[in-house]
Amino acid sequence: MPQIPGLVKGLGVTFKTMLKPAVTVQYPHEKEEPPTRARGVIALHEENCTACMLCARECPDWCIYIEGHKYLAPPRREGGKPRQKNALDRFDIDFALCMYCGICVEVCPFDALFWSPEYEYSEPRIADLLHDKTLLGHWMETVPEFEPYESGSEQKPKKVPR
Amino acid sequence: MTAISERRQLAYIASQAADARLNLELETGGMTINLGPQHPATHGTLRLVARLDGEQVVEADPVMGYMHRGYEKLTEVRTYPQVTTLVNRIDWLGSFANEVPFILAAERLMEVDAPPRAQWIRTVFFELSRIANISLFLGDMALQLGAITPAFYAFRDREHVLNQIEAATGGRFHPNFDRIGGLKDDLPKGWIEETRGAMAKLRTFCDIIEDLVSGNEIFQARTRGIGVIPPEVGLAYGLSGANIRASGVDWDLRRDVPVGLAWNEVDWKVWTHPDGDSYARFWLRLMEVREACGIVEQLLDGLPSGPIMAKVPRIIKVPAGEAWVSTENPLGEMGYYIVSKGDLVPFRVKIRSASFNNISITPWLLKGVFVPDVVTILASLYFILGDIDR
Amino acid sequence: MIFALELAYWQQTLIKVGVVAALVPAAALILGYVFLLKMMSHMQSRLGPMEAGPHGVLQLVADGLKFIQKEDIFPDRADRFVFATAPVVVLMSTFLIYVLIPVGPDLVVEDLETGVFLALAFSSISVIGILMAGWGSANKYSLMGGLRAAGQLIAYELPLVLAVVGVVIQAGTLNLQGIVAAQATGEIFGWGGIGNPFILTQFVGFAVFMIAVQAELTQTPFDMPVAESEIVGGYQVEYTGFRFLFFFMGEFGTAFAFAGLAAVLFLGGWWVPGIDVDSNVLNVIGPIVMFAKIMFVAFLIFWFRFSFPRFREDQLQSFAWKVLIPVSLANIVVTGVLKVAF
Repeated sequence: MPQIPGLVKGLGVTFKTMLKPAVTVQYPHEKEEPPTRARGVIALHEENCTACMLCARECPDWCIYIEGHKYLAPPRREGGKPRQKNALDRFDIDFALCMYCGICVEVCPFDALFWSPEYEYSEPRIADLLHDKTLLGHWMETVPEFEPYESGSEQKPKKVPR
Repeated sequence: MTAISERRQLAYIASQAADARLNLELETGGMTINLGPQHPATHGTLRLVARLDGEQVVEADPVMGYMHRGYEKLTEVRTYPQVTTLVNRIDWLGSFANEVPFILAAERLMEVDAPPRAQWIRTVFFELSRIANISLFLGDMALQLGAITPAFYAFRDREHVLNQIEAATGGRFHPNFDRIGGLKDDLPKGWIEETRGAMAKLRTFCDIIEDLVSGNEIFQARTRGIGVIPPEVGLAYGLSGANIRASGVDWDLRRDVPVGLAWNEVDWKVWTHPDGDSYARFWLRLMEVREACGIVEQLLDGLPSGPIMAKVPRIIKVPAGEAWVSTENPLGEMGYYIVSKGDLVPFRVKIRSASFNNISITPWLLKGVFVPDVVTILASLYFILGDIDR
Repeated sequence: MIFALELAYWQQTLIKVGVVAALVPAAALILGYVFLLKMMSHMQSRLGPMEAGPHGVLQLVADGLKFIQKEDIFPDRADRFVFATAPVVVLMSTFLIYVLIPVGPDLVVEDLETGVFLALAFSSISVIGILMAGWGSANKYSLMGGLRAAGQLIAYELPLVLAVVGVVIQAGTLNLQGIVAAQATGEIFGWGGIGNPFILTQFVGFAVFMIAVQAELTQTPFDMPVAESEIVGGYQVEYTGFRFLFFFMGEFGTAFAFAGLAAVLFLGGWWVPGIDVDSNVLNVIGPIVMFAKIMFVAFLIFWFRFSFPRFREDQLQSFAWKVLIPVSLANIVVTGVLKVAF
């Protein structure tokens, strides 16, 4: 059987592809689901944050702005010392600068930052890309639960505080 | 794998000589053109200043630096995790592969060994980034030669690999997944099965490319015998990766310089080609994608269980010393030389990128070549501007 | 019922001018949408334009409007007259070919005795326009594209003409209506069921004609003059706005015209088997039949365009001179011998 010339095989490939349905997803009429771990936006669980500044320090772009103040909370037991606690005044992430590297989420010792696959937050003005404390708190609603791991892994999935 | 016939070579040389004689008699002047820095044929902002005589290149000089981002200076003022993030962006198509030599060099200085599961998964991601990178090349080289369709198939089928990388790391192009001592996180449930499916789709893609592109007679007429790099010249200029293997040199860092990743645990083959022309480089990379699919499937079959991260302190301070690690990245040999003074921040990092050496051969290679062949040769050498300029 | 209207010569000419003037952009729009926007997209696993009008039918109209409202710029050192008239010359040759193509027994703008010869002569006017564009743009890339185009188009004129000579020998006339009639009334081994479309006997001529047409239209694999990945548009690179629109219309309009020529010469033109060649019904369904055949030929042209890489200039030339011309000459010899023998 003589070999089919490459030219003809190439024509066959394009013809067959033409008959199959296209793979285009027509955004914004249809949307794809990003995977659970997709790095879309960073969410803040304010109760866990102690304004330790680790995330702001480790960010390669310095796009996290934190301001806090110390205050005295009442003692746990009767007759004890008043406790010094940190309160968060301002926690802004500038998503115009953010590289989506995840160092801040990873470094936080108190599990206050989480990744969310939410990606539709583009704004007409660059200044609106500075997400403040309230908006970062709202993103917590879009944070999915951590997935179970593949067999053979020794990790246990963490819990997302709600 | 036949070598180019002697008659074809002699005929090409004879036609060049005849042209040269004619040009000398007519004494027609040359025309200097700039290919780039904005040009569809150069993968990014490469500028090639070429002096032409009609359609032939008399001499060509690449002008690099339009995309210099100051990586080596940046690494002097960034901590090790931050450098890992930045380094993803050097060769932006071979995402994970950029992080690996840096992390390995730092691990060597810290005298820390990642657990076996981490090494195997690192190898899986390394090969996945190789597949993503080279499958784009397969479609892109056809595009440079005029066939517009294979590029779309490349992007369509590459999505499967990128989806898998995103499912595990969260980022498609910049995974930022490697850590000193292991990996950031383990694989999610179901990932191994999905990746096996993706590998099957990539194998189909390779078959499509073989039918549509490398089997095409026009493609072969455009690439056979064009841009022949003799092995000695290639080694003298420091070519690496598929470019040097296409000239017949049997050198692959994955097999020859073990760095701890899992390549010697699986069965695979190093491909070479005796011709050294553009077709050889294309064919070789097609074979490498298939081979990488096979490697990934074998690794996923034998993945050991265990921890994903060794015991490392929270704040990474790498002890003083110097270390050099280079690996067989998709583009060639990429290496990092880390000089550390015991701080949080490296003292100096020298990045040896593959594409910088790969295009240093262009002044030698492009003498006397037609303008369309210039595009063929640049496409077959396959460089990424981020890799050249850093 | 027979429609018969006596119109004065000037009224007839006005109608003919209007028809051709409307047909060329319409042909460019239809071919552009069906093949460039939709067929190419589906061959590349994507959908193509979907937003402008249902399934993107109005995309080219929107593009045309966009081009018309652009600023008319001239490169600084360009020769203004040459630069401005080059697209007009190219488009003019397109319009001239439409004058000759018949779509029905009486539906032809001018039924000239030397129809085929004139059609091929008109198509070679565009070479001058392309050279003018390449030179007048004052741009080294344009010059390279223009020179490549000149060499290529002149080289491929010869196989184009020689392929048609076989058809002319078989039909016995240069007149396009006569060629359609010869195919309609011909017989294959004594059976007149489907007439004698010349593609059956002139398959070599058809192949050579299609390859030469591909080259004349500067479509891949012969698109060196407009090699997008090297000289980024070649002779068209400095043109914007409506001048670029002229080039675009010229390219697709000429594709339509050449497809029409191929349909007339090889596929039997406006005739369908089963209807008498002189019947008036063909004046109504002839255009539809021609449209279908043109779409088929254009499908072949564009299918090849989207599937193959491009030839290098010297390979292109050697293919024309060393392969196509000897093959078409041999075809003429064999046709002539067989015509005389049978």
